[in-house]
Amino acid sequence: MEESSSTEPITIPPHIKGNKGVAADWSSDQKAFKGVPWGKAMMWIFLVSDTFVFSIFLISYMTVRKSTKVEWPNASEVFALHVGHVSVPLLLIAIMTFILITSSGTMAMAVKYGYEKKRIPCAILILITAIFGASFVGMQAFEWTKLIQEGVRPWDNPFGAPQFGAVFFMVTGFHGTHVTIGVIFLFIMARKVWRGDFDTGRRGFFTSQKSDYEAIEIMGLYWHFVDLVWVFIFAFFYLW
Amino acid sequence: MVPDNLDEAVNKSNSVPDLEVKPQDLYHANSFITRWIFCQDAKVIGIQYSLTAIAIGLVAMVLSWMMRLQLGFPETFSFLGPAEYYQFVTMHGMIMVIYLLTALFLGGFGNFLIPLMVGARDMVFPYVNMISFWIYFLAVLILVASFFVPGGPTGAGWTLYPPQAITQGTPGSGWGIVLMLISLSVFVVGFTMGGLNYVITILQARTRGMTLMRMPLTVWGIFTATVLALFAFPALIVSCIMMTLDSLLGTSFFMPTMVELGEKLEYGGGSPILFQHLFWFFGHPEVYIVALPAFGIVSDLISVHARKNIFGYRMMVWAIVFIGALSFIVWAHHMYVSGMNPWFGFFFATTTLIIAVPTAIKVYNWVLTLWRGNIRLTLPMLFALAFIVTFVNGGITGLFLGNVIVDVPLSDTYFVVAHFHMVMGIAPVLVVFGAIYHWFPLITGRYLHEGMGQFHFWVSFLGSYAIYFPMHYLGFIGVPRRYYEMYNSEFIPTSAEGLNQFITIAALTVGFAQIVFLYNIIVSSKFGKLAGKNPWQACSLEWQTPDVPPGHGNFGKELPVVYRWAYDFSVPGAKEDFIPQNVAPNEVPEAKAEQT
Repeated sequence: MEESSSTEPITIPPHIKGNKGVAADWSSDQKAFKGVPWGKAMMWIFLVSDTFVFSIFLISYMTVRKSTKVEWPNASEVFALHVGHVSVPLLLIAIMTFILITSSGTMAMAVKYGYEKKRIPCAILILITAIFGASFVGMQAFEWTKLIQEGVRPWDNPFGAPQFGAVFFMVTGFHGTHVTIGVIFLFIMARKVWRGDFDTGRRGFFTSQKSDYEAIEIMGLYWHFVDLVWVFIFAFFYLW
Repeated sequence: MVPDNLDEAVNKSNSVPDLEVKPQDLYHANSFITRWIFCQDAKVIGIQYSLTAIAIGLVAMVLSWMMRLQLGFPETFSFLGPAEYYQFVTMHGMIMVIYLLTALFLGGFGNFLIPLMVGARDMVFPYVNMISFWIYFLAVLILVASFFVPGGPTGAGWTLYPPQAITQGTPGSGWGIVLMLISLSVFVVGFTMGGLNYVITILQARTRGMTLMRMPLTVWGIFTATVLALFAFPALIVSCIMMTLDSLLGTSFFMPTMVELGEKLEYGGGSPILFQHLFWFFGHPEVYIVALPAFGIVSDLISVHARKNIFGYRMMVWAIVFIGALSFIVWAHHMYVSGMNPWFGFFFATTTLIIAVPTAIKVYNWVLTLWRGNIRLTLPMLFALAFIVTFVNGGITGLFLGNVIVDVPLSDTYFVVAHFHMVMGIAPVLVVFGAIYHWFPLITGRYLHEGMGQFHFWVSFLGSYAIYFPMHYLGFIGVPRRYYEMYNSEFIPTSAEGLNQFITIAALTVGFAQIVFLYNIIVSSKFGKLAGKNPWQACSLEWQTPDVPPGHGNFGKELPVVYRWAYDFSVPGAKEDFIPQNVAPNEVPEAKAEQT
């Protein structure tokens, strides 16, 4: 192919430690983040941008919580589940959080097996991560259903300030969308790994580009980010 | 500190650094659709972006003519009522700022120039880049659709302040505003895809020898603006989502308890000021998203056409970065009259005025680049010079408005209109024109017609002064902006009437010059004078491609290796007055200047 005629080997320059290394990398040619593949750098910058999105959601939530004159509902009562005749606060959320954090662990293991090029365990772990993610979304759907049945609406709710329902549905919905997108990509990724696309250099259906086991780490970055965001949502919605 | 060995490897010697970026696997289109419509070549995507942006920009221009006709000759035209006037104000502002200038500078010039200037084959993810354009196109379609829905487009002003944006009485408070908000959200999604590409291409896909401090300032401007956009647009998309929910689902994020037509609304407990904060947290960086690429491009135009290296290159780079960083902590100077703690006003006035320092550095450096240069008064140079004048003018009125005490009486008058049109309307648009005259020979292989270009320049430059200079005076005598009609108000002297007529005539004349410009583009792309390779004798890489216009993959068989910065003009001892970036030191042994 004409454009990729260069046969010279790719080198990663020796790493210099500390601040001097950072200065050397940024004043060098070709790459500012030495040895970092394009996709990974791009995912990091995207995540910084997405951090702004979620930060602004949470700041807006805090602002309307302060601006409304009606009292804010008590989270531990609203989000309680009845087990037998006992009301257990935050039971469902605890399970959801536990599952999502666990899925981060399986994702990390999938990345490890990916870099070791162990195809089958890697694919299985990605699949497990995806199933954990899907069950998280499922439980969120259950939680939404329960709240809607109790009369919580985006514009009104029986527990207190109408902004409670608005912010709750908007922010958990936005996070849930992130998880859902992640789950879809995890299933696609599991299939690719299982089929051995990253070993055979099979080209992507849409992009017609070859991919690599790096893709799993990039997927992992996104997944860990979604988990981390949940930790903040958990703290600000359910514990405050 | 940079270690010495790196200095030797990259800066001083003729040796070629090791290859760190793997050769890019380009997508080879083999049908008309994949080559020209869903094209993955950044240059074609750039042109697609530019043409779409210019097309929607023409709509904004026509809207401004309508507004001017109404203001200059009230009660003469029957086709324009107060509702339409507000709708036109809103759509004109939104289109110009977002859909024209942002898309043209970053999507258009960014896509076309970044890979060529940093020596890459294409953007790092061409497929994502292609999707980015089509999502932008969708956003434009949604925007245009709002003209045809019941109630028409929104008339809330381009700032879309709630609660008035979604309450009855504001034109387009039903369909119009919702389509506007959806269109903006879609725009942000599309832009993010492109913006990530621009940033990573610049950071991670430069050619050998291309250090960050050897990049042309155009790339620095676009890069910093893209980073700003990636961090500022989240505020826009989140506020759009919340206002859409307020409008469609009846939530009260931004809506306080209020009475409309004697009836208490369902809303209550929200914070309209929250929207203003979010909007301006996006809105102020947005000013620099438009201005920084213009700063970068104009630096290159001045340097090339004055045959002189840019004065204070490092200062220029740091000024761009510093302005970008500061732009995130000045947003509330748009909200002085919304009411705020005086200490906040003090803080935001201070940070605002500090921005004048790096900006002044840039202006001085442009002027010092001209000083004793071998100035060629080509069309791009004329536009660049006009930019300096209009930018200084608009910048100085910015100092007035940045001060709380001076801003309060001037707020919402024509002084503000004059200020922001001068500084982020006329000045960047002049750079757009200059850039088009400069890079047109690279895109098409032909010059734009000189005579029509001169006409376009003088009418646009002097005409825009004729439009906006009197507006400062209108502002001082207290003429409020956004008013459909004002002559029955006693506080407005009759002198405003004649002035408004004069402005309207000037505006229509300038508009006519733009039609000439468009005609010039269309005719010259087919019949213009052939330009050949590197017609302006520039040093930067985009002019050093083997083919003009550059083909798919930009640089033929081998990527260029860069040995110097983009500004080696008039080097003492050298035979020619420019040394392109990819010329090795041993090819020009007579050049005496230090390698940079």
